[in-house]
Amino acid sequence: MSGASRIADDVRSGARSARDVLDEHLEAINRREPDIHAFNAVLADEARAAADGVDAAVARGDDPGPLAGVPLALKDNMCTRGLLTTCSSRILEGWRPPYDATVVERVRAAGAVVIGKTNLDEFAMGSSTENSAFGPTRNPHDLTRVPGGSSGGSAAAVAAGFAPLALGSDTGGSIRQPAALCGVVGVKPTYGAVSRYGLIAFASSLDQIGPFAATVEDAALLLEVIAGHDSLDSTSIAGPAPQLVAGLDEGVSGLRVGIVDEMTEIDGIEPQVRDAVRAAAAGLEAAGAKVDTVSVPSATYGISAYYLIAPAEASSNLARYDGVRYGLRVDADDVSHMNSATREAGFGREVKRRIMLGTYALSAGYYDAYYGQAQRVRTLILRDFERVYEQFDVLIAATSPTVAFELGAKTADPLAMYLCDVCTVPVNLTGHPAMSVPFGTGDAGLPIGVQVLAPALGEPTMFRVARAIEQAAGR
Amino acid sequence: MAERITRADVEHVAQLARLALSEEEIVSLSEELGAILDYAAQVSALDTHDVPPTAHPLPLVNVFRPDEARPGLPRDEVLAAAPSVQDKRFRVPRILGEEP
Amino acid sequence: MTAYETVIGLEVHCELATASKMFCGCPNEFGDEPNTNVCAVCLGLPGSLPVLNAMAVEYALRVADALNLRVPERSVFSRKNYFYPDMPKNYQTSQYDEPITIDGWLEIDGVRVGITRAHLEEDTGKSQHVGVGGRIHDAEFSLVDYNRAGVPLLEIVSEPDIRSAEQAKRYVEELRATLLAVGVSDVKMEEGSLRIDANVSVRTPGSPEFGTRAEIKNLNSLRSLLRAIEYESDRQWSLTQAGEKVVQETRHWDEESGRTISGRSKEEAHDYRYFPEPDLVPVEPTQEMRERVRASMPELPAAQRARYIEQWGIGAEDARVLVDVPGLAAYAERAVAALPGDSGGSAKDVVNWVRQEVLAYINETGLSPAVLAPEMLAELVALVAAGTISRQQAKDVLAESLRDEKWPRTIVEERGIAQVSDEGAIADVIDRVLAANPNVAEEYRAGDEAAKKKKWGFLMGQVMRELKGRGNAQVINRILEQRVAGE
Repeated sequence: MSGASRIADDVRSGARSARDVLDEHLEAINRREPDIHAFNAVLADEARAAADGVDAAVARGDDPGPLAGVPLALKDNMCTRGLLTTCSSRILEGWRPPYDATVVERVRAAGAVVIGKTNLDEFAMGSSTENSAFGPTRNPHDLTRVPGGSSGGSAAAVAAGFAPLALGSDTGGSIRQPAALCGVVGVKPTYGAVSRYGLIAFASSLDQIGPFAATVEDAALLLEVIAGHDSLDSTSIAGPAPQLVAGLDEGVSGLRVGIVDEMTEIDGIEPQVRDAVRAAAAGLEAAGAKVDTVSVPSATYGISAYYLIAPAEASSNLARYDGVRYGLRVDADDVSHMNSATREAGFGREVKRRIMLGTYALSAGYYDAYYGQAQRVRTLILRDFERVYEQFDVLIAATSPTVAFELGAKTADPLAMYLCDVCTVPVNLTGHPAMSVPFGTGDAGLPIGVQVLAPALGEPTMFRVARAIEQAAGR
Repeated sequence: MAERITRADVEHVAQLARLALSEEEIVSLSEELGAILDYAAQVSALDTHDVPPTAHPLPLVNVFRPDEARPGLPRDEVLAAAPSVQDKRFRVPRILGEEP
Repeated sequence: MTAYETVIGLEVHCELATASKMFCGCPNEFGDEPNTNVCAVCLGLPGSLPVLNAMAVEYALRVADALNLRVPERSVFSRKNYFYPDMPKNYQTSQYDEPITIDGWLEIDGVRVGITRAHLEEDTGKSQHVGVGGRIHDAEFSLVDYNRAGVPLLEIVSEPDIRSAEQAKRYVEELRATLLAVGVSDVKMEEGSLRIDANVSVRTPGSPEFGTRAEIKNLNSLRSLLRAIEYESDRQWSLTQAGEKVVQETRHWDEESGRTISGRSKEEAHDYRYFPEPDLVPVEPTQEMRERVRASMPELPAAQRARYIEQWGIGAEDARVLVDVPGLAAYAERAVAALPGDSGGSAKDVVNWVRQEVLAYINETGLSPAVLAPEMLAELVALVAAGTISRQQAKDVLAESLRDEKWPRTIVEERGIAQVSDEGAIADVIDRVLAANPNVAEEYRAGDEAAKKKKWGFLMGQVMRELKGRGNAQVINRILEQRVAGE
């Protein structure tokens, strides 16, 4: 098995067939998927048809595209026409979307072979993939531990070699944190860089789709394919996708890199994680970057603001699951009781908790103190970061305060679980891009990720720095 | 701003959110929501006098589509997804409340 | 004179006549087969996202110009959250604290009614209640059609400046005429293109405070608007006179019983939890957008009426009818333009014919004035002015002309009904009649009133008989006068 860009090159040149590549990956799935449970659905038949289509294109002399024959796993909150799309929730039972998400169209048009839909925390709410109605996903590095979340299935699929590429969604760290815990690269692009059309919403002003890959280069390749304006998403940034792969190896000489104090030197962070951030910084310095520490004071309030804004938007986004038009219905005597019975039965504990929290935060008498105040704090965080980016080209920080934890370790304490996102949520609030890059392993051989942050649309520089960290890690 | 979340609060919010919570859920949510809101209330520690809210991380404005009609989805496909259908419409149990 | 004063504010929901819906490309069509104009967006399917229809914004800006509304630099959409089965997302995308237009007015019979705001929002689907009685509470179940879900609405909210049911009706009439003139809606109340909620309260005349108001929902015709306000204000006044309190509530107009009925049956405390719609970006109308709208604005009804009154010398009521009936003013304008300059007919004559005969014909047949040929009316007016036919004859001719699309002159010729107006020919006949009846003129002059009348009638009859009934009575009268009475 090899990386995505290598596979695409081989398939395009005819050196390997897309079908062979697929079969190798399906074989890996057969071997380890029963233990890991990365997928809600493995789409073997559809994938074979797609792979055959790619091979036929090559045989005709057509170029199937930059992801020719590359198996790709989709987080199961992205719509796939005619194929079950569940959000790992019972409420969407039996639902087959009548349309494809924009990213699905784009990866297919680029020749990728969609191999399956991956498990997630129900409606992407969680940091361990334990909040799935279909059971947890396990970390390929240690089956007693979580893969992180909410895109735990996608992260695990790449880590386990089930697919070289995967797509996830990141609302408060849901790509970067599982990437860190599974030892893969995970990217949350600038808000608006990738179309959200067809991504089942959790918190609309924070959600963003992004790539998982084993290497920085492969992640760049996938992001180039999925980014770029989409007229179906009003919040999509005008203009073409950024060029990322071409400049990857331009180095970091002269770049100003800041280590964010509030996202590294914090209570509860494991020393091994903090050490990894410092070591990555040293690596960048050795490669010619100017490294300094920097304070972003308001980032401390990120979690508080996030856990008001995200549930508030979610409470509204999830109101549509009412048993009328699609999905589960639990019948009752009148429509209001039917709605309530359906939602009670269809949503899991964490989803209900967040709907309640968000409904409360928006309700009359509390709006100003909670939601309104959180939006103003969001402005302060944005201002702080913009100020810092006047002095620094990129920032680095921890991705997750800890390495992968044991299943069940935090399920009883929602707040403890929420604090997993302490280093990741600030950039969801600002809309800026950030990514997690593997940087060695800790005590039990568990992966550690380092986070690279950049200003809006700063992906080209962010990827160069990530590449340098990858090299410093000796990969 | 430590807010105590009462049972009545939980029941009221559950009604707004259309969740038929179990007794056990009502009890545990009262505690959990209280704890989470206490934590989230840290936001009130910051002075936000004169700070405008950020509803959106992007400075985009005026995103429009041209007024062009195109066919919708095939009706059969739309109705096939519904739990209950009659006369090409979505069937729901009787509606007690008035439309607000 | 009533003992109390009614205070009314109206919320008018106007469906905008765009080709597609507010946030998706589904056709905005009334009366199609259920659930045929629906897609992922207007059904609120998971993952779908709205994109704002540029024309809906342009229409709102047109209305802003027509209703003297201000357009703030920036407006945003908000979500109004509540569960209802005809609302696919269980929130309505609307505008809340930053609407697209604010602070305007509409003048009704010399009085300005303030308009608080006009904001954009999406319409809901339609539920059909099935079961005994067909009324919502009696129903066993309901069937939902989402064709209307996502149709663009402009909600126009007036200040509580209206003081009578009749004035409320006039406000809606003027508003309809204005919305129609600026081309943003077909304003058909019977199809729900215009739906009205009325906030009604009563107070002692001159009192500075407002009474507690009730909101009457869903008034679907001008007649129900009138009746509902009259009923509700009487009800409220009777309550206060009896020392009881008016409850602030929503009430529904029941056309059959002619009463408003409390909607309290299962009143939940509404808490809409408005927050800015994160799937849409703010609207900031540019100078260029506003100028383009301004340049395309048609003449507004008030200005149009004033122009007709001034240029054509017609009355205010005539002008109002011309402007209010769709297509009628355009028809009249073309007829006036087609009137030959030397015909002696006037614009006022044209308007008289339009208001009487043409309007009656339109009402009877349901045809639009646009399908009638105004040049034919102009010819008819000219024929009457020239004395070729009498007014009475012209009525018949016009009826046939409208019905058979035939030129009036052709009809006159076919029927052979052209009048003899030639003075020389008529004078000859009169002289012959007088010669044949030598005593009659003398008897006329000597007779009393009764005798005069009798003799005049005899002479007229003889002359008309000679002219085979086609003599121009006016001309005969005049010449006979000279010959008989004038000496």
